[in-house]
Amino acid sequence: MSYLGLLWTGLFRRQTRTILTLASITVAFLLFALLRSIVVGLTGGVNADGADRLITSPRYSIVDPIPISHLNRIVTLPGVLAATHADWFGGRYKEPANFFPKYPVNPRDYFAMYPEYRMPKAQLDAFERIRTGAVASRALAVKYNWKIGDQIPIEADIWPKKGGERLWVFDLVGIYDIAPGGTDPKVFLLNYNYFDEARQFAQGSVGWFIVRVAQPKESAEISRSIDKLFANSSDETKTSTEQEFQASFVNQLGDIGLIMTSILGAVFFTILLLTGNTMAQSFRERIPEIAVLKTLGFSNPAILSLILGEAVLLCVLACAIGVGGAWLLTPVIGPALTNILPSFGIAPATMAAGFAIAILLGLVTGFFPAMQGMRLTIVEALRRG
Amino acid sequence: MTDNLVKVQQVTKTYTRGKEKIEVLRNLSMEVPRGDFLALMGPSGSGKTTLLNLLGGLDHPTSGSITVDGERIDTLSERNLAKWRAQHVGFVFQFYNLLPVLTAQRNVELPLLLTNLSRADRAKHAETALHIVGLADRAKHKPSELSGGQQQRVAIARALVSDPALLVCDEPTGDLDRTTADEILSLLQLLNREHHKTIIMVTHDPKAAEHAQHIVHLDKGVLVEQVA
Repeated sequence: MSYLGLLWTGLFRRQTRTILTLASITVAFLLFALLRSIVVGLTGGVNADGADRLITSPRYSIVDPIPISHLNRIVTLPGVLAATHADWFGGRYKEPANFFPKYPVNPRDYFAMYPEYRMPKAQLDAFERIRTGAVASRALAVKYNWKIGDQIPIEADIWPKKGGERLWVFDLVGIYDIAPGGTDPKVFLLNYNYFDEARQFAQGSVGWFIVRVAQPKESAEISRSIDKLFANSSDETKTSTEQEFQASFVNQLGDIGLIMTSILGAVFFTILLLTGNTMAQSFRERIPEIAVLKTLGFSNPAILSLILGEAVLLCVLACAIGVGGAWLLTPVIGPALTNILPSFGIAPATMAAGFAIAILLGLVTGFFPAMQGMRLTIVEALRRG
Repeated sequence: MTDNLVKVQQVTKTYTRGKEKIEVLRNLSMEVPRGDFLALMGPSGSGKTTLLNLLGGLDHPTSGSITVDGERIDTLSERNLAKWRAQHVGFVFQFYNLLPVLTAQRNVELPLLLTNLSRADRAKHAETALHIVGLADRAKHKPSELSGGQQQRVAIARALVSDPALLVCDEPTGDLDRTTADEILSLLQLLNREHHKTIIMVTHDPKAAEHAQHIVHLDKGVLVEQVA
């Protein structure tokens, strides 16, 4: 038998209680790993310096349209290499559940802006040439079993056609792949010129601009310059990196980061009380045993470390199962979130944070029982036992 | 010259309960020769368990000195006293005080966790101690799977395993029937005679005390009689 063996045996002296407590803490860490990964996915790498693609969107709400004419002014700014535009089409394909983003874009400029999207030149030419043309990412095409030449019906929810008709039919003229190592965005792209002419209102407007800068380290400065161009106009803008834009897009629902942190805070506070109660109960039951250990020569620090060790072992074990479980679930959950979080995954930093919280949780919940154990008088405890 | 393992000089122990001060031991002095088997007798409240706790280093006297194997234990800090207990004294309690979640073997191994012995050596020492008390075949059993007598044998093996010079036993047969009690007392006699352990045993039972070499009577915290 070793110290670890003694800890382990002590921990599972009441198996049902320990397993239930372990399960509760495990669920907390599973939630932590998944929610933390969403927060990291939304805000990860948010740093204007170092990003070479910026997004310029309406300042106050992404549902406000901005004039396409802004583009001409943006490309004149020093440090800007290129710029293009996109919009949010919305709509649904057959069933409401078939959700995927659909962007009206300028085909050639858009593909130039995203060189990681790879498509044969002939298909790009067709996309540019055919007004009702559209292209889909490989994952989308596979998912819906689309082939080039298929007609894709989309029922509009934001953009009816002139005359009020809501059904848009697009000809699939290309399927694009993503460069090795990239994540398929599952985006359906359609021809902006056709969209803009055919839609009922808001002609000449777009949803956002994508701007490529020459020097990523100048991104912050260029972002400010772009927004300054349109300051005090009726169409003010807000320029940020792609990651920031993605995060603000999702945050239209509310401050997701704050909501998730609040949920996790509540979960861990409950777990703190639950585990603290379990440890206190376990300690009270074992007062005579602790007195025996002291009688045998276990010093006060040894008793302190045994009780703290048991609490930390419980929390670390739960963390390992919870975070491990989240890691195993990633291949299942990740694909479902690719539309908003293309790079969803359990980052090493999330795992490290999980284990740090587990150790802290163990130390906090074990602290009072451990102090009581340390202060326990052998004679008094043996008399009570 | 007599080789005394234990020397108690002018020991007083006072407890405070609220405003009241209770003097449990009063200026008590005694000596226990190395290799002795001493029975401490006396009525309830006479101070015998208190004296045993002091001799085993579980408590500090209010005044006076206690020397065991040449070392003053009344002046040791809590930490050093814990270390001293682990090396020099083995305890046997009335209700065995085994850890219910551990097997007999692991209960016996417990004191050895405080030594530098390897895991294999700890297991070997525990096996030997269980063999001495006649329970080698019950090593894998938990306390709940053993009879009272067997549990007390495991407790004795645990007291022995670190080879202390002194065994202190608090009513070791108090929870056992006559036959089992006699077996335990015979085992203690064996340890005293053949393994040269000095044993101090608190008991109410005159029959149990008869197994000792000497009997000391305590009353109201004072030694009243010594019987050889």
